[in-house]
Amino acid sequence: MLKKVDLTQGAIAQKAIKDAPFPAPFDPTLEYSAAVRGTWNIVNTGMLIPEAHEIFVCAQGCLRGVVLTAAEMGKMERFSSIFVQENNVLNGDMESLIIDGVSDILSKLKYTPRAVLLYTSCIHHFIACDLNYVYKTLREKFPHIDFIDCYMTPTMRKSGLNPEELMCRQLYSLWHKKDLDPKRVNIIGNNLATDKESDLIKLLSTNDLKVTEIHDCHTYEDYQEMAKGAVNIFYNSVAWPAVKYLKETYGQDYLYLPTSYNYDEMNATLTKLAQYFDITLPDYSHYQELIEAKLMQAKEIIQDAPIAIDYTVSMRILSLARLLLDHGFNVCRIYADGFEAVEKDDFYYLKEHYPQLQIFSVNNFKMRFNHYSTGTKVLAIGQKAAYFTDTPYFVNTINNGGFYGFNGILKMLDLIIEAFLKEKDTAKLVQKKAWGCELI
Amino acid sequence: MKQTASFISAYTADTSGVCSALYELGGLVIMHDASGCNSTYHTHDEPRAYYMDSAVYVSALTEMEAVMGGDDRLVNDILVAAKELNPNFIAICGTPIPLISGVDFAALATMCENKCGIPSLGIATNGMHSYLSGVSQAYQALFNRFVCPQTAKVKGAVNILGATPLDFSINSQVEDIRAFLEGQGFKIQSCWSMGSSLEEIAQSAQAEVNLVLSSDSLPLAKLFQKKYGIPYVVGVPYGEKFSQKLAGDLKAAIASGNSSVSYAKNTACKPQGIIIGESVTACSLAQSLAMDLNLNCQVVTPLAASPELLREIDRTCTDEDDLTALLKDAPLVIADGLYEPVVPSSAKFYNLPHEAFSGRMYRDKLPNLINKPLKKEN
Repeated sequence: MLKKVDLTQGAIAQKAIKDAPFPAPFDPTLEYSAAVRGTWNIVNTGMLIPEAHEIFVCAQGCLRGVVLTAAEMGKMERFSSIFVQENNVLNGDMESLIIDGVSDILSKLKYTPRAVLLYTSCIHHFIACDLNYVYKTLREKFPHIDFIDCYMTPTMRKSGLNPEELMCRQLYSLWHKKDLDPKRVNIIGNNLATDKESDLIKLLSTNDLKVTEIHDCHTYEDYQEMAKGAVNIFYNSVAWPAVKYLKETYGQDYLYLPTSYNYDEMNATLTKLAQYFDITLPDYSHYQELIEAKLMQAKEIIQDAPIAIDYTVSMRILSLARLLLDHGFNVCRIYADGFEAVEKDDFYYLKEHYPQLQIFSVNNFKMRFNHYSTGTKVLAIGQKAAYFTDTPYFVNTINNGGFYGFNGILKMLDLIIEAFLKEKDTAKLVQKKAWGCELI
Repeated sequence: MKQTASFISAYTADTSGVCSALYELGGLVIMHDASGCNSTYHTHDEPRAYYMDSAVYVSALTEMEAVMGGDDRLVNDILVAAKELNPNFIAICGTPIPLISGVDFAALATMCENKCGIPSLGIATNGMHSYLSGVSQAYQALFNRFVCPQTAKVKGAVNILGATPLDFSINSQVEDIRAFLEGQGFKIQSCWSMGSSLEEIAQSAQAEVNLVLSSDSLPLAKLFQKKYGIPYVVGVPYGEKFSQKLAGDLKAAIASGNSSVSYAKNTACKPQGIIIGESVTACSLAQSLAMDLNLNCQVVTPLAASPELLREIDRTCTDEDDLTALLKDAPLVIADGLYEPVVPSSAKFYNLPHEAFSGRMYRDKLPNLINKPLKKEN
């Protein structure tokens, strides 16, 4: 019979931050997949390109998850499949399977897509399918359609670029080279659109810079106009390979401007932005006063209730934890199997100042048997934290909610206060796939 | 066959079939895969995932392990988990990349069992066949390993075979099948894969008859017949009249020792509609529609089906173009909602959700037709 397990013994799934190495606190084990689905996958991200069609070429087992992702988005009209079977592996006809399959699909669609995102899978790479030939043939056969190679290759997730980095790079690879416009700026790399009220967009747009994100593009032409952007700004590190590719291919400069929950860091980042464009940096001190007031308000409401934060809610969960801990909040659990490089300073700060802060694995096999209520009112910041602590009081968002900068800190604090005051249907909400996708 | 689906979904694969079949038995089940199968199974194929714990995991296969060989790491990870979880058994099944690299699942299972003493099953799925194949392989592995030889039978005892959520979801259909059979005087010996423990499964050979609810359990039923002389009856008790017939066929099978398919093999009438689905469930529905509403339907199954499970007018059809052509003049189509894009607008369409096709999308719209008189509004 299966039994309850101790997370701190054997295959360790919980440890104090003082004992945790950076960036990977836990050893790998058999992996559990918690029934929490707010994060996006490559199907959701690919759908950000307007008027594009996704075609996945893979085995039935691999197709299942992606086809139902499209179906749950209500985007089946923009999705098709080619099934790889054993005979294709044995007979060596994979190239013709793809070419004939894509041709067949395009002949039947009720519209002509402007672009096709053709996703191949691990199996193509293991059997050395000649993808160059495949794409060359398709581009010759359908010159009016842009084809882009996309990848569903989880077996290669630790060899080179990870799936999110790869998808992010390919997402912007369909641009046709254009003259760069110094007054145009792109924000790239985000699944959720950046909040229009964020310090980032406000600062740029009030200085006569046209800011475009892929979410603003309603037509394929709109998307192509992004090729005119002189600079690609990003704050999600998955976009590193993309910006390097875009610099090399289109000559677009790039700026990494990570958001933060630390005033000094955020000031430095916004100063870097202002200096780059030679614009005047506004005085953000009033924001800091507002944030301090909001933190006091939140503390009065939340008091010493235990707080759990998970990696899906923000790219800066340790920065957020640090802000809250430094203001007396009882942050006691972090759910993450790894931390981004940008979090390194926060990790060591927390290690030094809050050594008993507990880090929990999300993927460790024992976590299957650790998603139960702690018996007290827990505030969870993020869906996975809500699931594992079995609390109805949680912040239901991903990717920092699209918030950025000082304004973003305020908005996240609003969500935190609201989450503590108002119960949510955790089981219903966290099982929905790809938070925010209904907006596409 | 073009192997394309321009508009419709895909049935879930053998890997998920294995996990679904074994979910409630207290085992440690490992999909030997990088990552995708894990979330797909738990998101779209396993409605019990949120509320019922089960040790179903992915091995987190990497490229280097696939190329250089990573059996030792896999076995070690399994042993670490087994030591802490103390499962009833270990089951390891495969996906496309282990197929390419030639993983020997039987050998992996033997290695695990030799090192930890826990019964271990190697199930050579590859993610390229439907869930029916996976369920079927898992059942046969369970049978061969756990079902105890029995000479004494329990009077009126029946095993329910093929009761996975992939075909019956979690809307009380399986509970109602149990209640129906008990109401007919049968004793439920076991129910494969919802509601029975491994201990109950192990005592399955005490049954006098097997009820086959899905084509995935026909090979298991044949094993029971061959090894223990237990006959089987194929059919799902949909509708009122067909349910009564099925109960009668189960009693007749006990008396005669002969197996049967409960729905009629022949139908003289021209079909008035088409049902798309798994062969046993779809043919049972067709029979109940004919008996309760005098509505004759042809079954078209996109899944593998043994010829003995289809009626003369029924068809297998795995290609989207062929399916579209078959539906062209159909006045009525009963199928999962994700088939609607290939249903002509001239046809009346009834969405009959099938978890193995659309996952959780239409779960709340799935009717429970077990032993209920069918009405037009059903």
